[in-house]
Amino acid sequence: MSLFRVFDISGSGMTAQSLRLNITASNMANADSVSSSAGQTYRAREPVFSAVYDRSREGLQASVGVKVAAVVENRSPLQQEYRPDHPMANEDGYIFKPNVDVIGQMANMISASRSYQSNVEVFNTSKRMLMRTLSMGQ
Amino acid sequence: MGINLDKVMSFNERALKVFNRRSEVLAANLANADTPNYKARDIDFQAVLQGVAGKQQSLPLTVTHPGHIRAGSGASGGDLLYRVPHQPSVDGNTVEAAEEQVRFSENAMRYLAEVRFAGDKARGIKRAIKGE
Repeated sequence: MSLFRVFDISGSGMTAQSLRLNITASNMANADSVSSSAGQTYRAREPVFSAVYDRSREGLQASVGVKVAAVVENRSPLQQEYRPDHPMANEDGYIFKPNVDVIGQMANMISASRSYQSNVEVFNTSKRMLMRTLSMGQ
Repeated sequence: MGINLDKVMSFNERALKVFNRRSEVLAANLANADTPNYKARDIDFQAVLQGVAGKQQSLPLTVTHPGHIRAGSGASGGDLLYRVPHQPSVDGNTVEAAEEQVRFSENAMRYLAEVRFAGDKARGIKRAIKGE
C-alpha cells in the first residue's frame, strides 16, 4: 500500500525541516555570542539535505525520502572588532563575533517553515485519502 | 449470465493504484523541495491510463537476459519521467513547490473521485444481488 509510504516520505521531510529550523534557531540565538579567540567563537551552521532512495525497489521506481546528510559550519570569516573596554577582549583588545547572517537566517527560517507546512499538508491529504478508501462502499 | 466481479472492479482498482503511486512520487518531490541536485519526477498519467485500457500499440523489446530492464513496465508502476522546470535553480533542484502542491491536490481529488465511483459501483452490485 503505497499511501503508507507517503507517510514515511512526508515524515522524513518534516524531520529534516524541523532540524533545519532547529539549526536556524541556534544560529540566531548565538548571533551575538562574542568571545576572545577565533577558535572559541560560534560559527553559523547549515544543514545539508540529501535524497534517500528506498533500496528495496530498484531504479527509478524507488520512493524517495529526505535526510540531513550533515551539518556543516560556515567557513566565512568572523567579525573582529577592536573593543578594549569589553570584558571578553583579548590582550590586544579585540573581540570576535560569530559569522551569523541574521537576515539570511530569517529567510532560511521562513523557507523551512513553508516546506514543513507543505509536508504536513501532504500528510493530511494522504490520511484523508486512506480514510475514504477504508470506508469505500459503505 | 453471471457478473465477473473482478472484471467489474478491475479498472477502478488499477486506476487507484496509479493515483496511489503518483501521490507517492509527488510527496517525494515535496519532501525534497530543498535538496540540492534533486530532480522532480512525475508519472505520465495519460500514457498509463492508455496502457490500462489496453489501447497502447507498442512493440515489446526482446529481453535476452534476466537482468535486462523491461521497456514500459506494468500499469501499476508507470514510468517515472523527469519534470522540465520553468525556472531552474542554482543548486540543481528542479522542484517547484507551488506546482507540486497543485499537482498533489489534483491527484488527491482524482483519487477520491475514483474511490467514490468504485464505492457506488459496489453498492449497485449489492443492490442487484439483494434484488431491490
